[in-house]
Amino acid sequence: MRMKPRSTSNTVKRLFRYMNKYRVLLIIAIIVIGLASLGAIIGNYMIRPIINSLVAGEGVATLARQVLITALIYLLSVIGQYIAGRLFVYCAENTTANIRHDVFSHIQTLPVKYFDQREHGDLMSAMTNDVDNVSIALGQSLSNIVRSVLMFLGTIMMMFILSPILSVINIILLGLLYFAVKIVASKSSKAFRSRQATLANLNGFIEEYMSGQKVIKVYNHEQETIEDFSEHNEKLFEDATKADTFATLMFPLTGNLTYVVFSIIAMIGSYMTINGVFAMDIGTLASYLNFTRNVSRPVTMIANQFNMIVAALAGAERIFDILDEEPEIDEGQVKLVTDQKGRCYWHVPTTLYDCQAIIARTEQMRQADLPDAEFTERYPGCLVPLRGDLRFVNVSFGYDNTHDPVLKDVSFYAKPGQRLAFVGTTGAGKTTITNLINRFYEINKGNIYFDGIDIRDIKKQDLRHQLGMVLQEVHLFEDTIKENIRYGRLDATDEEIVAAAKAANAHDLIMQLNDGYDTMLTPDGLNLSQGQRQLISIARAAVNDPPILILDEATSSVDTRTESLIGQGMDEIMQERTVFAIAHRLSTVRHSNAILVLENGLIIERGEHHELMDLKGRYYEFNTGVVELE
Amino acid sequence: MCMLRKTAKYYKGFMLFVILTPLLMILEVISDVIIPTLMGNTINEGVLTGRIDLVYKNGIYMIIIAVLAFLFGGISTYCGAKAGQGLGKNLRLALFEKIQTFSFASLDKFEVSSLITRLTNDIEIVSNVARMALRITIRAPFMFISATIMAIRINTRLSMVFLIALPVMMFGIMLTMKFGIPKFRKFQAKIDRINARTQENLTGIRVVKAFCREEFEKEKFAGQNQDLVKTALDALNLMIIIMPFMMLIMYAVIVAVLWFGGNFMLQGGMLAGDLFSFILYVGQILTSIMNIAMILMNFSRAKASLERIFEVLETESEFVESIKQGVSEVANGEINFNNVSFKYPGNQHFSLQNINLNIPSGSTVALIGSTGSAKSTLVHLIPRLYDVFEGEISIGGVPIKDYRIASLRDQVAIVLQENTLFSGTIRSNMKWGNPQASDQEIIRALEISQAADFVLNRPEGLSAKVERGGANFSGGQKQRLCIARTLLKNPKIMIFDDSTSAVDMSTEAKIRVELNKFNPDLTKIIIAQRISSIQNVDQIIVLDNGRISGIGTHAELLEDNRIYQEIYESQQKGMAAG
Repeated sequence: MRMKPRSTSNTVKRLFRYMNKYRVLLIIAIIVIGLASLGAIIGNYMIRPIINSLVAGEGVATLARQVLITALIYLLSVIGQYIAGRLFVYCAENTTANIRHDVFSHIQTLPVKYFDQREHGDLMSAMTNDVDNVSIALGQSLSNIVRSVLMFLGTIMMMFILSPILSVINIILLGLLYFAVKIVASKSSKAFRSRQATLANLNGFIEEYMSGQKVIKVYNHEQETIEDFSEHNEKLFEDATKADTFATLMFPLTGNLTYVVFSIIAMIGSYMTINGVFAMDIGTLASYLNFTRNVSRPVTMIANQFNMIVAALAGAERIFDILDEEPEIDEGQVKLVTDQKGRCYWHVPTTLYDCQAIIARTEQMRQADLPDAEFTERYPGCLVPLRGDLRFVNVSFGYDNTHDPVLKDVSFYAKPGQRLAFVGTTGAGKTTITNLINRFYEINKGNIYFDGIDIRDIKKQDLRHQLGMVLQEVHLFEDTIKENIRYGRLDATDEEIVAAAKAANAHDLIMQLNDGYDTMLTPDGLNLSQGQRQLISIARAAVNDPPILILDEATSSVDTRTESLIGQGMDEIMQERTVFAIAHRLSTVRHSNAILVLENGLIIERGEHHELMDLKGRYYEFNTGVVELE
Repeated sequence: MCMLRKTAKYYKGFMLFVILTPLLMILEVISDVIIPTLMGNTINEGVLTGRIDLVYKNGIYMIIIAVLAFLFGGISTYCGAKAGQGLGKNLRLALFEKIQTFSFASLDKFEVSSLITRLTNDIEIVSNVARMALRITIRAPFMFISATIMAIRINTRLSMVFLIALPVMMFGIMLTMKFGIPKFRKFQAKIDRINARTQENLTGIRVVKAFCREEFEKEKFAGQNQDLVKTALDALNLMIIIMPFMMLIMYAVIVAVLWFGGNFMLQGGMLAGDLFSFILYVGQILTSIMNIAMILMNFSRAKASLERIFEVLETESEFVESIKQGVSEVANGEINFNNVSFKYPGNQHFSLQNINLNIPSGSTVALIGSTGSAKSTLVHLIPRLYDVFEGEISIGGVPIKDYRIASLRDQVAIVLQENTLFSGTIRSNMKWGNPQASDQEIIRALEISQAADFVLNRPEGLSAKVERGGANFSGGQKQRLCIARTLLKNPKIMIFDDSTSAVDMSTEAKIRVELNKFNPDLTKIIIAQRISSIQNVDQIIVLDNGRISGIGTHAELLEDNRIYQEIYESQQKGMAAG
């Protein structure tokens, strides 16, 4: 994982940049909340004239007028608060949605390698918990903080207007209180951080051991596991107690100690009133004391938001980390174009290649494949017919630099319509080859040519569309069977979908289901067996009618009868296509034009079935090994 | 209430804190509500009459009381944290221990992810609420009651304001809740939906990329996302009324107090200090009501979590009685099934019916049949991962129910299909099989399972790091390591539950040969997919739909078992065509 200096201010800045889109609304919201706070403060101030006029015995008319004004101000303040609340929530929810959208979109562009290196859980938690935390912070904490800050400033201002001398004393006392709060806050945030780390550890432990719970049982390892767990649990208890203590200490600190300040001010204020120092009167004293009691409330409010803000910032950091990941590079300039007759060509811009070189790298072209003159004019450069010719030239590849390369200087070719089969022991690099053809991974050395064009020069989308993939791990979406097959080509008609399913031998199976093609697939796939899901995934690949088909067999968990259905389905859709088959069973590879035996990243044998059997090498061993070894 | 009683049990060891927290809290509240009265006295007795000595006296009282309140509050904070986290700790441990006693059937019932949420989020929520409960739950109502009493003492007639305000407030909150909660449910459902979508997208990211469906996925997501915003705003816009509404009531009460109180003052029935302390009490009463509303919201969350926790805690773990006692030595690897039937708990139909088998000690037996023919189910019954529904299984002549369950599982070792390694080192993983295993023994086991090469090739050897779930090993490597780990148990019976699916055939064959050399007396049961790999075993059992369709050697079955013939033909077709 990339390390980079964490900067909270950067994170905050980026968050604000997200809110920038709603800045007009936000500014209005802040102004409105400012006015509402001002209203609340003036309302509180009204105690002063009211008490004063009551003490002076000014009569009901004055009282009525003053109370009415107070009521009006309060009412406006509440209305303002509601409006501001709505505005904040609107901005926050939309900003959150934008962030969520950006993360999701960005994830779509990341290279496969990224997903190999990370747990899905981490990404999921960024998309859910982290985004939620940001959402709460923006929706609630932000407006609370803005309001609290304004209330605090307004209260202080009002206190200075009421009595500057009391306010100076007050500020000094509050300053002392502030220091106490600060010490607790810094302890609290430290304790909070260590608690988070311990919690993450414990959660990691829980996740790992819960996933392996059945294994624990089989090994009678319950007691040891409980002991390990207990250790984590104790540690969390200690850290969490500490964090909680400090976090909640804020309440008595700001709440009760404010009363100490309140009492001191009350004494000094009363003295001033009795002796008429600085024209102090009872109304002023009451109003002032009311403000003193409330001055720390916004501070408590802000302190309350602290945990949420910390969580949100940590979440935002993780979110931005994802957004900062480099997307998959796609510098390809070669695009696929289709002429009126529906024939497809690679359009290679003049600047890129010498056309002759491309042609020299592929099989002889048929006359029928050559583009019409009119079409050639529309696309300057060269037009290479799409045929499905694929060549590996001295390709080396390793998943990372620390381990041995998975493929070492591998070369082979498949002419249009040929079938190639790869066999070899586990980890020999068979699946890797398919991942290189569709550029899930970038090769370290050598070239891969598709119809004579280096695949790195082809626009990724156009390249992948020409490759029908049946991946080892079948993944279908929570949707109807029909839509799952349509995933292969979005504009496929229902008839084409049925045709593809028939070709893949999946039609009968689908028709046996209650809702046929409209059967919903459950996310856990409970309603279809692994083999049945594989049949559907073959249909999905078939519906796009790609010139090259890559079949990574996953038949290990498939029962034998379904397996034969799959075999027939694959045979059917392999017609007239270039096929790369990764075989884990040997029975399916015999029809291949060439069988390549991989071992330790090298091709150690290649040829047809008979040739390799005659060779009596590794392939022969594979075929007869079981019998021979036992 | 029932829930509360159940929870109380898990406060064990922290009872002192559970009692101290609210007790101290009450002392703090009492201090808090005395102060406004003292303040009123300061104004009435001191300021209005000019008696500065009474001002000082009341002032000093206030300071002392405020400091006391702080001490009570502070210590209560500590006790509350201790009690809340103590509950969390106890519950978490109890839950974890409970899950350790779960049978496979119970594990199937709760999914892994849901168990994880219960152990993490749910416990977190409960322990947080427990802490708050002990503090605010006590504080708010108590504050409410004592402040109200103080207010009534000052002026009973003025206190009538609350008689109107409180019902209005309650009614308003209830109304908002009534309309708000369904909206929130809808909102939550939408969030769940979008999370499920994301999860699906992430697991299928290779498919998305292979089919170039990034844009398509984005569009689908964008639609749901917009929808979510709408639902969220719908819910939130209603909920944010609550705060301004409460403020409105509070302000209305203050205005009313000022008006009526002012009139009382003009009529001479009330002093300025009384009016002021009354206003201070208004603040305390209304704040405590807001806190009560907040607690109720948190409680409903905690209740859901508690229910989820107790659902696990109250699940009966099966066959507890024989875990600790019973026969501890398995005499030999002979297995007998006597008319065994089995169905999964909660299932209508039988997965296995009338199974009768005799597997002699030291023999190698293969199970074959299509998916759903209950091959795994059958072998899971042998080490009592599930218990038979009818009939009896015995090993070495002793019914399996009579064995100590730990001994049974040690000596009847199964290599699960859903196997996993744990973070640590190769060595620490291997020691799961036998805690006393020496490095030589471990290496021997690795050699048998054909894992020695790739382990010893690593510079760290047996100390090589294993990441969470064994993520740094390939599927085939993991399976071979799991086999080695099982071997270290030195079992009498070894069951391979399709546990070599990612190992290629020649390696698999080598493992089998080495295994025979290692212990010829070992009974081996193999769930197989391919006939070619089991042709030479002593007995092949063909399962079809939970029943035995045939038992015999390869040649015998080929002769007279239709299903076996079918499987054989389908697997041979490729060969013949070549």
